[in-house]
Amino acid sequence: MDSDKEQLEQETLPLSLRPEWSDVKPIPQDDGPNPVVQIAYKQDFRETMDYFRAIYSAKELSPRALQLTREAILLNPGNYTIKTLKKGKCVSENGEAVMPKIFMNVWHFRRQILEALDANLPEELDFVGCIAKDNSKNYQIWHHRRWVAQKLGTSATSKELDFTRKILSLDAKNYHAWSHRQWVLQALGGWEDELDYCQQLLEEDIYNNSAWNQRYFVITRSPFLGGLEAMRDSEVSYTVEAIMANPDNESPWRYLRGLYKNNTESWINDPKVSSVCLKVLNAKSNHVFALSMLLDLLCHGFQPSQDFREAIDALTSDSAPIDSDLAKAICDVLQRVDMMRANYWIWRKSKLTPVA
Amino acid sequence: MESSSRITVTQREQSMVMNDVKMMYEIYASVPPKTQRLMMELQRDNHMEYLLRGLQQLGPSFCVLDANRPWICYWILHSIALLGQSVDAALEDRTIDFLSRCQGPDGGYAGGPGQARSCFFLEDCCSTAVFIFYQMPHLATTYAAVNALITLGSDKSLLSIDRGKMYTFLKHMKDPSGAFRMHDEGEIDVRACYTAISVASMLNILDDDLVRNVGNYILSCQTYEGGIAGEPGSEAHGGYTFCGLATMILINEVNRLDLAALIDWVVFRQGVEGGFQGRANKLVDGCYSFWQSGPGEAEYHIDSPEATPESDISEGKESSDGTSSEGSQNASCPVNFDNVGFVSSEGLAEREPLFHGIALQRYILLCSQDPGGGLKDKPRKSRDYYHTCYCLSGLSVCQYSWLKDEDASPLPRAVLGPHSNLLEPIHPIFNVVLDRYHEAHEFFSRS
Repeated sequence: MDSDKEQLEQETLPLSLRPEWSDVKPIPQDDGPNPVVQIAYKQDFRETMDYFRAIYSAKELSPRALQLTREAILLNPGNYTIKTLKKGKCVSENGEAVMPKIFMNVWHFRRQILEALDANLPEELDFVGCIAKDNSKNYQIWHHRRWVAQKLGTSATSKELDFTRKILSLDAKNYHAWSHRQWVLQALGGWEDELDYCQQLLEEDIYNNSAWNQRYFVITRSPFLGGLEAMRDSEVSYTVEAIMANPDNESPWRYLRGLYKNNTESWINDPKVSSVCLKVLNAKSNHVFALSMLLDLLCHGFQPSQDFREAIDALTSDSAPIDSDLAKAICDVLQRVDMMRANYWIWRKSKLTPVA
Repeated sequence: MESSSRITVTQREQSMVMNDVKMMYEIYASVPPKTQRLMMELQRDNHMEYLLRGLQQLGPSFCVLDANRPWICYWILHSIALLGQSVDAALEDRTIDFLSRCQGPDGGYAGGPGQARSCFFLEDCCSTAVFIFYQMPHLATTYAAVNALITLGSDKSLLSIDRGKMYTFLKHMKDPSGAFRMHDEGEIDVRACYTAISVASMLNILDDDLVRNVGNYILSCQTYEGGIAGEPGSEAHGGYTFCGLATMILINEVNRLDLAALIDWVVFRQGVEGGFQGRANKLVDGCYSFWQSGPGEAEYHIDSPEATPESDISEGKESSDGTSSEGSQNASCPVNFDNVGFVSSEGLAEREPLFHGIALQRYILLCSQDPGGGLKDKPRKSRDYYHTCYCLSGLSVCQYSWLKDEDASPLPRAVLGPHSNLLEPIHPIFNVVLDRYHEAHEFFSRS
């Protein structure tokens, strides 16, 4: 406790007053005589960066340099993170803490120091973890974390999967967290439970497109599942069920198309695909994605039965005569019901090749 | 998926934003015509005031952007140029001087200035200051600095870019795989590829070495959804889709992408609000007005894959004077990619964009505009220079999206609100104002 307190006091003391920094001459930023986009730096920010410039230009790879990069990284306009971290806690005390998007060079220099000092890397992961929770959209933090995890190798696998899971529990669509998680799976492994994890996230929010994307990633790349061909049947069933529950949900529609990537033949010929279109069309609501998929099917050579024609007939207003070409008739319906994309559907119609 | 009645996080957040937007549109519908005109008006004076203030001085909250100062320069200068204005000579000089201080010895631009040290002992370089760098050169800030200098446009500004060293820097950022890294030992992604290829193309230093295999990387990032992700395996995303498509156009490999899927994915990103979202089932955000409408524009000129794409695109279109488009490195216009190997749609004096241009303009003006100056993500958010730049860029794309010929003036129905809302046209691949693009293109073609 006492040593924590001491360190806290130490860190709040300006660098210029700390004896261990007395031999360093800070280097101020040189913006030139008449700079533009000049920032009114806060005093502690300015001073820390002045000292950072000094050790950076001296290439000083020392413990105190490591400590200084830590302080620089923790500098934060909201000052929430710094307080809590200094108390040794990881929780954000208050609202949004905005991490400086600065310090790419600070992070880079920190990696050089860590390497030179052969520092404790699991500790470094904890440090990055505390910061990332409040600044989960910062490229540098994730890049740094990837560097550390790569150094640690497979011993970091479960820690990294847990960590991304934690970030995703706060923001299930965090792009960086997903990217990191995919890197961990590919570089370090840990695929075993990933499909279950996707399943769980989709049960929580079936509209979470990031989770659908991850599901695709797993079924196409996991070494344990046998690849897309092996997974297709069960995945199609799962996806069709998701579509029937929420036909307005774009994610499973795109996923369904993705399940037949590079295999257009099976896509056109699989009755599960055309029948889900037909079922949604017959329900007569939220049918934009069903129409869109049916149009794509027809463009690729799908031969529609009379049921499809009747379903489209039923969606056409009485006054307008229905086009004898089913694809064109679908474009007409889409142009009417999907007004935001009316131009797109007109364009699609203009590109249809005449039926032979 | 046991029940469709339970409201998920995605649905809840979406319905909250939709209510905010709906309320804005209802307010607009309920006020008298005079107020409506005012609401739909681009508040040019206030935007200029907000922009000019930022170019001079930024408050302590901008410490967070300390390594992005060339970006702030670009966002502000490009916004000013879009509004048809320019900065005075003194401010232009200061900007050139500042950005020169950010250009490192190896050609790339860092996020902030280096340290000037006069050089006493090297006979050859007495006239120039030597800068010692504390920030690393980075492809994103390099792109921002180059675009800012092109937007300023003077010879002095363009000459301040060291193209020889820039080439060396870009080569240094190129990974053996073909893709680019953001910085020394930095991350590889689609942004890095776009910023590198865009800079090289603008400066007329793009060659086979820089192009080699970058197309393979972009291709590996197109997802099953149709859009492009930041890295292979990630989720399709508006910003990366723009970057990937623009890169492929610049290196003449756009037909390797599944364009039908890409176009389909992009047009579905425009939501009921009128604005664009960045990913499927995410919220609308004003900045995607550019990232998603820019590709829409480029795509328009690629014939449908259901037709015969090979013949349509590979055949050089005969221009009116009988020369093939291949030889005519003439004025490239924002909606005509002859200079990058495209044929434009023929026959029509006007055409419509594939997205809903009026709905997008309505969203930008009513939901993304801060009447006091600056533009923003969505209602309840605050303005910033990033959103100001990309909302205005998107607005410009919309206003000119009906045009086939760059010399024609926009049709009145393409511009929502008073005619004073009309912005300058942009080059949708580089996102600089079209005139400045032509000037820079000519300047760098000469040398």
